Amino acid sequence: MDKQAEYVLRTVEERGIRFVRLWFTDVQGFLKSVSISPAELETAFDEGMTFDGSAIDGYARVQEADMLAVPDPASFQILPWRPEQQVARMFCDIVTPDGEPFEGDPRYVLRRNLQRAADLGFSFYVGPELEYFYFKSSKGKPKVLDQGGYFDLTPLDVAQEYRRTTINALEQLGIPVEYSHHEVAPSQHEIDLRYTDALTMADNVMTFRLAVKEVAIEHGIYATFMPKPLEAHDGSGFHMHLSLFEGDRNAFYEAGADNGLSKVAEGFIAGILKHAPELTAITNQWVNSYKRLVKGFEAPIYTFWARNNQSALIRVPTVKRGKASSTRIEYRAPDSACNPYLAFSVLLAAGLAGIENNYELPAEVSNNIFEMTTAERKALGVGRLPATLDHALDAMEASELMADALGEHMFSWFLRNKRKEWDKFQNHVSEFELERYLPIL
Amino acid sequence: MITVAVSSAADLQELTEALMLAGALATPVEAGDADGEWGVALVDLRSEPLQQLREARRISEDIGCPVMVVITSTQTTLLEHERWIADFINEPIDTLELRLRVSRLAGHEEGIQSVEYKSLELNLATYQATIDAKPIDLTYMEYELLRYFIEHQGRVWSREQLLQKVWGYDYFGGARTVDVHVRRLRSKLGEERASWITTVRSVGYRFG
Repeated sequence: MDKQAEYVLRTVEERGIRFVRLWFTDVQGFLKSVSISPAELETAFDEGMTFDGSAIDGYARVQEADMLAVPDPASFQILPWRPEQQVARMFCDIVTPDGEPFEGDPRYVLRRNLQRAADLGFSFYVGPELEYFYFKSSKGKPKVLDQGGYFDLTPLDVAQEYRRTTINALEQLGIPVEYSHHEVAPSQHEIDLRYTDALTMADNVMTFRLAVKEVAIEHGIYATFMPKPLEAHDGSGFHMHLSLFEGDRNAFYEAGADNGLSKVAEGFIAGILKHAPELTAITNQWVNSYKRLVKGFEAPIYTFWARNNQSALIRVPTVKRGKASSTRIEYRAPDSACNPYLAFSVLLAAGLAGIENNYELPAEVSNNIFEMTTAERKALGVGRLPATLDHALDAMEASELMADALGEHMFSWFLRNKRKEWDKFQNHVSEFELERYLPIL
Repeated sequence: MITVAVSSAADLQELTEALMLAGALATPVEAGDADGEWGVALVDLRSEPLQQLREARRISEDIGCPVMVVITSTQTTLLEHERWIADFINEPIDTLELRLRVSRLAGHEEGIQSVEYKSLELNLATYQATIDAKPIDLTYMEYELLRYFIEHQGRVWSREQLLQKVWGYDYFGGARTVDVHVRRLRSKLGEERASWITTVRSVGYRFG
């Protein structure tokens, strides 16, 4: 029994914890939970807890249904909501009955990609900005709670109280919050978390989404991370601030270099720009995700980078003097409904490909990209993100980098599952079509 | 049994006996010879204090365990600016006092049930942390880092040193992990206590 596990056992005993929830994440980024009693905890550490993998998308075919969830004691945390119940949680790694890591486990995919970065001497850090909406309920047409605007501090912002409660819960869970504010769209909010290593951050994002939803339920409202719930307003983005460190030195920073960016940073940006269309199916995985990536809503469409251009796919924030360690790049395409383990994995893999193969960094684009013709954009080497989920799946399917980063099992399962989703959507006759075509055709 | 590294330039016989009576095992070490796991390092400053002080600092950097010094009652001023020295004992050496001081410094050895700093207490048997007797929720690594800080008060630690001493294995997070944990600890200690951990620019962290 290692010390971490012993620590958890003692704490459960001392604090009178009555249930321990074993958490893991399915391929599409849904949090799954198996509840166990403290008496079963020691077995869980030693052998893992058996659960029926076939009940979970992507986790097993019927004939190999049994999987084991092995709790990671480093992620032990007492849950701050419903304190009267004394519930704690741990994230799990999923293994097969032979004790091999299960290839359909997103946490394992991320661990594998982080190991690849570690072999090159890098550790990978992520700082997220997460947007979401509060609605009156999850049923029918979305009804907003307020008409507040960006940074609005009027009485309209009735949701301020919910946001504050959420932030308190996050702080109690050991997830430090950097900023939070009301967004441009009515009833939309943003919470930014302090950056940390990618594995912890992926766990944190899963915890964050649950905390936001839990607090909303307690207040009798509904919180959603749906990418684009309101046609006339911005969707919910999940901007990711990415950086690589070598030891405790920021590998993206180089004093006196152009833009303060090192060769490593330039390669990383070039890698992501080149492979962006291939990885978009992962960072934007729903049919609805592509309703957010459209003109006129501050969401990126074209694959270029810039320092100060809100429509850039990759923005390089200006770093304050003496703050070299906060040098980073911001990837702006993902939405709040992606699977963070997989999204961080594919971005890291693309960035590392750029570093290892010395991709050339294209020039920064400072003028308005939307006013250019396709030919002008092409001349600048600027491409476009896939416009629909099926285009994104085509790009992903043709990508060796993606197959490699995700592993064959995950890669083929994801494509199969999402093709089905697209086909279902294609069969749907929308209001748009009825209103437009029925009267005239 | 607490293991004590004794600077070999010291009056070994006297210190070894005193330590033996205090229930600790003394081993002479030279600076630069940092093999082994030491609970405490003991350095004698009574003769050639300045040279011994340099020696003590080298040992402390090499071994990383808390350093205790033996001084005469007139030498206290020596320690005024030497915050990295964890504790001192005056001559004549009192065996019981030596035992208490050594075992407090060695912390996790048997017989020590808890470490304290102001209103904060870590119970080493149950791994529980309390402030004003109210429990605070820590992860294991947060607890270990805090324990290390409390047991080595007043010393500046680099991130690399903390990573080696507290984590002790290759970790995906790299040295920035330390910053992340310090931030979380500060947040859990609460606003008025967050300053217990001070950031020493371009060096690392100091507790207390």
